[in-house]
Amino acid sequence: MTQIPLERKVLNENGRIADELRARFAEHGILCLNLVSSPGAGKTSLLERTLEAFAPTRRVAVLTGDIQTDNDAVRLARFGFPALQITTGGTCHLDARMIEKAIARWNLTDLDVLLIENVGNLVCPSSYDLGEAAKIVVLSVTEGEDKPLKYPAMFFRSELLILNKIDLLPYLPFRIALARENAQKVHPGMEIIEVSCLTGEGLPAWQAWLESKVASSAKTMAAT
Amino acid sequence: MHEFAIASSVLQAVQTEVRLRPGMRVSKIGVRIGDLAGLDPDALRFCFQALTKETDLESVVLVIERKPRRQRCSRCAHEFVVVNYETSCPECGEGLTAFLSGDELDLAYLEMEDV
Repeated sequence: MTQIPLERKVLNENGRIADELRARFAEHGILCLNLVSSPGAGKTSLLERTLEAFAPTRRVAVLTGDIQTDNDAVRLARFGFPALQITTGGTCHLDARMIEKAIARWNLTDLDVLLIENVGNLVCPSSYDLGEAAKIVVLSVTEGEDKPLKYPAMFFRSELLILNKIDLLPYLPFRIALARENAQKVHPGMEIIEVSCLTGEGLPAWQAWLESKVASSAKTMAAT
Repeated sequence: MHEFAIASSVLQAVQTEVRLRPGMRVSKIGVRIGDLAGLDPDALRFCFQALTKETDLESVVLVIERKPRRQRCSRCAHEFVVVNYETSCPECGEGLTAFLSGDELDLAYLEMEDV
């Protein structure tokens, strides 16, 4: 009997493609963000509000993943920026190869920002690196304060937590301080922004966060 | 659940190793899963069995080693294992602690025998 040490990531093939994507994004000064959440937390709504606030000259593109339908791409294409649906046909997450294939039709020199909306799922997308600069997890206040504890991998791997639907707080027993505390337990130092995509409350803080990321991506390219 | 996709990735890696070593067969596969990997070991085992059923790899034993989450205190540098999601330092109470390990999803080793 021989023991052969392998010592590598199970998903090293996905990781290899994700690293290639990350290098290409860096080369073109593109900020790539990966939005994750449970179904219905408001990823598409957040993207709609984000895109509608952008000047038409902004060089932005959106990829949106779903198991079925192109409803989200239709919703997002209304804002005039390139929006492409990735229909996974049953797969519960996007992987790096899907992103590589989807962006093949775009000229990366035309882009500054690539926003990826993952399949609605708080478990599986956490394992798959898409070459993004950061994951952003959206949690809506109708979901329960303990979600960060129940799905620690996703909250741990996300740089920013968007607490959405805060307009509903007066009607819910949701304790926002507890949700924040739980997120901090799983991910000490995690950034948290409270928003309502319906009323627009809190969106300026999200836009400021996004713009600071865009600026640092462009700076990184200028430095290389 | 993406345990099926993960089990497929494990299987692909094993098949690659088998091709590199003609005349040998795999008896055991060692996988390491951290508490933060977001993966259920039982579901992974189930998917792996389903994928290898009635193949050359049917008798392979999948050994899963769990790894706890470990943090280091930013104030007193104490290193500790996280229990019940408590990431505050058990020594000094500091809330801001840095992640050390616990998100592994690794293929650790293969055991092979001569046919």
